[in-house]
Order: sequence, then C-alpha cells, then structure tokens
Amino acid sequence: MKRSRVITTALVLALGAGVIAFAPLPGASAKPANRHFRVEASAFKYTPATIRVNAGDHVTIDLVSTDVVHGLYVDGYDVSVTADPGRTASLSFVANRTGMFRLRCSVTCGAMHPFMIGKLHVGRNDLLWRALVLTLFAGLAGILLARVREVRQ
Amino acid sequence: MTERGVVGSKRAVGTASGGVGSSGRRRADLPQLPAPLGTESRWDLLRWPVLNAVLRSRWPQLLVRVAALAGFLIAVLTGLLGTPVGNHNLGIVLVWIAWWTIMMLVALPFFGRGWCSICPIPMPGEWLQHGALLTPRRNGAGLKRAWPARFKNIWLQNGAFSAVAVCSAVVLTQPRITAVVLLAFLFVAIGTSLVYERRAFCRYLCPVGGFIGLYAQLAPVAIRVKNKATCAAHTEKSCYRGSADGAGCPWMLYPGALAKNTYCGMCMECVRTCPHDNIALTLRPFGADLRSPAGRRLDEAFKGFIMLGAAMVYSAVMLGPWGDLKMAAYDIGSARWLAYAFAVLVFINGVLPGLFLGAVSAGRALAGSTQTVKRSFIAFSYALVPLGLMAWIAFSLSFVFASISYLWPTMSDPFGVGWNLFGTAHATWQPYLTRSVPTMQALVLVVGFTSSAVTAHRIGAEEHEQRAALLQAAPVIVYCFLITASLMGLLIA
Repeated sequence: MKRSRVITTALVLALGAGVIAFAPLPGASAKPANRHFRVEASAFKYTPATIRVNAGDHVTIDLVSTDVVHGLYVDGYDVSVTADPGRTASLSFVANRTGMFRLRCSVTCGAMHPFMIGKLHVGRNDLLWRALVLTLFAGLAGILLARVREVRQ
Repeated sequence: MTERGVVGSKRAVGTASGGVGSSGRRRADLPQLPAPLGTESRWDLLRWPVLNAVLRSRWPQLLVRVAALAGFLIAVLTGLLGTPVGNHNLGIVLVWIAWWTIMMLVALPFFGRGWCSICPIPMPGEWLQHGALLTPRRNGAGLKRAWPARFKNIWLQNGAFSAVAVCSAVVLTQPRITAVVLLAFLFVAIGTSLVYERRAFCRYLCPVGGFIGLYAQLAPVAIRVKNKATCAAHTEKSCYRGSADGAGCPWMLYPGALAKNTYCGMCMECVRTCPHDNIALTLRPFGADLRSPAGRRLDEAFKGFIMLGAAMVYSAVMLGPWGDLKMAAYDIGSARWLAYAFAVLVFINGVLPGLFLGAVSAGRALAGSTQTVKRSFIAFSYALVPLGLMAWIAFSLSFVFASISYLWPTMSDPFGVGWNLFGTAHATWQPYLTRSVPTMQALVLVVGFTSSAVTAHRIGAEEHEQRAALLQAAPVIVYCFLITASLMGLLIA
C-alpha cells in the first residue's frame, strides 16, 4: 500500500510536469508585418545586440561591417549572411519559430570571434516561462517524493 | 552475515534452482550481474571479468594516458607554432572544445574523477618519482617530502581557478597562451613530483582537479572497500603504503576509510595492491556522497561558490550579447579589465557566499537551529553541488555545439598553415542542434535545481524533523531558485 502511494504520487507529479511542459499557453498574436533592421558588426559585437519581432514577421537584416569581414548566422533558422568591410549585405527570412535565438558571427574575425553573439527574440519566450514554472514544480515534487519515501522507509 | 558473505552467496549472483528466465534461457545461463554490497544498493563493476582485467592491468591505462599525452603535446606544439587565430588552431579546438566537451558532458557527470585516472599532466613527474613507466619502484627520483600541513586543503586550487577564470577570455582564444598555461601545469607537476611525495600536484594544486573533485561527489561510480573489517585486520596497509604490486595511494588516501569521491583519483592502484581483493568499483545512485555529513569543509564550500559564479560569468561573457563586456574580459591589463576582474572576484568570492550566508541565517532562525553559523553554512553549501555541475553542463551545451565543427578543419590543418591532411581543411563552420540546445539547457537546469532542493532538504533533516527541516532549507532553496532563474535568463532568455 505504501509503495503504491509512492508510485501514485510520482505519476501525479509526472502528469503535472507534462502539463507544464506541453499545455498550450494563451496569448494574443500580432498581425505579421515586414520588419527591417540595420545591424552594425564590429570588434566582437553587434549593434543593436538584440532584435525583437513578432511571430510570422518577415524579417530583413542589413548587416554592415565597420572593420573586418563579419557574418551573421541565426540559430534555429539556419540562415546566414556575410558582409565585407564597409559594405552591406542583406538577409531575409520569416520568423515562424518563437523564442530566443542567438545571432552568431559566421566568419572568423579575430580572437573573440566564437563569442560574437547577438539575440533575436521572436514573440513570447514560452520556453523560459515553462522552464521557470517547471523548476519550481520539480523542486517541490522532488522534496515531496523524498519525504514520501522517507515515511515509507 | 558479513558483506563479504553476501558477495559470496550463490543466491546473490543467481538462483540455484536453475529455472528458466523470462527470456527463455535458463537462469544459470543468463549473464550474472554483480551482487549488491552490504546494505546499500551498490554494485561492484569489478565482478565483470573483462572490466576487472582491463582495470587491473597497467597497460590499458598507460596506453590511454600516452594517447592523452600525445594530444597534450599536439596542443602545446600547435599553440606555440601554429596560427594565432584560435578557431583555426588545433590546440585551442582540441583543449577548449573537444576536451571540454568530453569532460563536462560525459566524463565528469558519469565517471567523476575518471579523467584524473588518465590525465597526462602528472605522468612525466610520476615516471621520475617512481623510476618506472609501469610498476612503481622504490628508488625513483625526488625528495618525496610530505606536503605542508597548512596547505593540505584546496584553497590554493580555489585561488588558481579564480586566477584562470578572470583571464579565461584570453586563455580560451589565444593559442600561445593556452600552450603556455598547459606547459606551466606540466612543469609545476614535474617540479612538485620531484619535491613532494605522490601526486601532490593533483591533490593540492591542479586548478581543474579542484572542481572535478567537488562534482565527483555526484558520480554514479566510486572506489570503496567491500569489507572494512578485512582492512582493519590487514596490518601492512599495502593500499596506502605500497607493495611489490604497486604504489601506495597516489592521492594520499586510505581506501579503508574512503567515504567520498572528492579526492579519489580512481587510479586503480589500490585495486592492484590489495592482497585480499577487497576493493570494489561500485555503481551507485547519483549524488550519493552528498548524503554523508562527514568530511564537509569550508574550502570545498567556497569551491562550490567559485564554480557556480564562474558558470554565470562565463555565460554572460561568452554567450551574452554584450560586446563591451567581452572586450573588458579580453583586454588583460587595461583599466577596464582590472574593473572586470575585480567585479568577478567580488561576485564569486563575496556576493554569492554572502547572499548564501544570509539564506542560511534565515533558515536557522526559522527552524531554531542550535548549530553554529559556520557549520550550517558549510553543510548547506553542499546543496549547491548539483546545481553547479548542471550549470556548467548547460553552459557547455551552447558553447560546444556551436563550436565543435571547428574540429574538422583543424584536424586537417592543425597549425593553420594551409595543410589538408584528411581532406577536411575547408569544411565550413556549422553549429549543431541550435533548435534543441535551449530546451536541453532548460531541462538540465531543472534537474540541477531539483537535486539541489532535495539535497538542501536532506541536510536540514540531519538536524530537524520534517517541518523544521523544510523551514531551515527553504531560504537555501529560494537562493538556488534565484540562481537557476538567473542562469536561465542568461542562457535561454
């Protein structure tokens, strides 16, 4: 009977975790629009470093290098562009995946090249909020399960 | 029945009836799993003959270490002689991407100090000290002095790691600096071996060994004795003093009293020297060592803060969008670097432990604890160990999958001078799993927090019953949650 209590508790908690992880979240969706950004690349940073758009927007980024050859790769979308010094190169895509995506320099440009990073935010970052709630839930669940097991022992 | 008796029982390795198992094979024909040891659910992996033979023999370990040493020397040579462009130099890629990947995502979580058992850095010093490449002899070189008592702790390692951490932007990107750092480790290890006994460098000086030991407490494998009574009766203590079969414990431990993984380098010497076959390589639940209140120390507590803080700083500097912060971290010697270094050191050695002290004090007040503040602070700091390891794994996931593709061209052109040894020199950079990494990072951090919360509760329960235990642990759990949320903010937001 006590073992079944542990199992039942674990199953209920697992179900709760599943709800947190996968339940659809409410939210208003904005009408898709064309968004155009000019991003300057230099000495291991992008300016602006962060871009925010809504899900479904058609995004165009004009990359301008102000010192050496730089690139811009968008995590999660697998698109990239390269700009020579003093020149502009454009990149376009539809932002159809929500969340935070890192922008990375795709061309070796110096010592800190691997860490030349910007951020693209598309809509609401559901992963972050789910993760925070799941963290609290999992922590409480872990303690509860530990206590149930201790009582059983 | 003694522990040894349980191990020797036929029923422990299969039913004597010889009935047919669920697979249709007779039970006697099924692979015999190791028997549990004692009252704990631990399994001795050395009961598998093949694994036993591989680990007892010195040759497999030597061959792996020689390969590691070759990799080490390649990293040094390419660092010194190759291109100064980090991601085009095999030294940088081999050490800070390939080795770091193996260490953080595989070796440390699953094998604890397994890396230490094959680490190339102490090898030359050991060869000199032992006067042999394989079985140690007693006439090796060196003074073999005892390590100074006042330094028998990991404060030096804490300091060394902190120093490397504030210079990490340069170390991780400049091949020549990486080579110099590696050579410095090597020469310090050799020098230490020639003055002090055993693996004093590994135990007391190695910056990497400090955090490996801390997180090894979580590992699902451990070296432990099977029967302590056998050790008590064995007066020669050959596992500690050495014998014709091998050296005494290089890590200056007595296996008969070994209770934690923190300082066991898993070198297998005790397996070779024990005349009673009383050493087991046990399989156990993750985090088992954290359940033991024995051996908790302030220097280890601060190692936890240093590592947790460093993971946060690294995430901000290397994965954040703040270019000015990167340049401050890189421009060593400049005023902005001095400000950066000061801020980092204050954060990891002052702010984090200070806030934690506040949390511990609040918990003590809520629960009415009668323990000293220091003792409570030290005890609850071990709750940070799971979160710390998971923080490093989460950071590494992003860093590694974005950079591992640099390995392909640099293997073909290790010096960055235009070679194409394997036809991959022109392979283009390609990050992997960019869609999945944030989710993996989130899950890893959730696991880390959960484990830390449970550990904090257990530590509280050492002094109090249920409700009071939870009250004492609650502020520490809140602290862990805030750290977790901060890491999520840095990594996936």
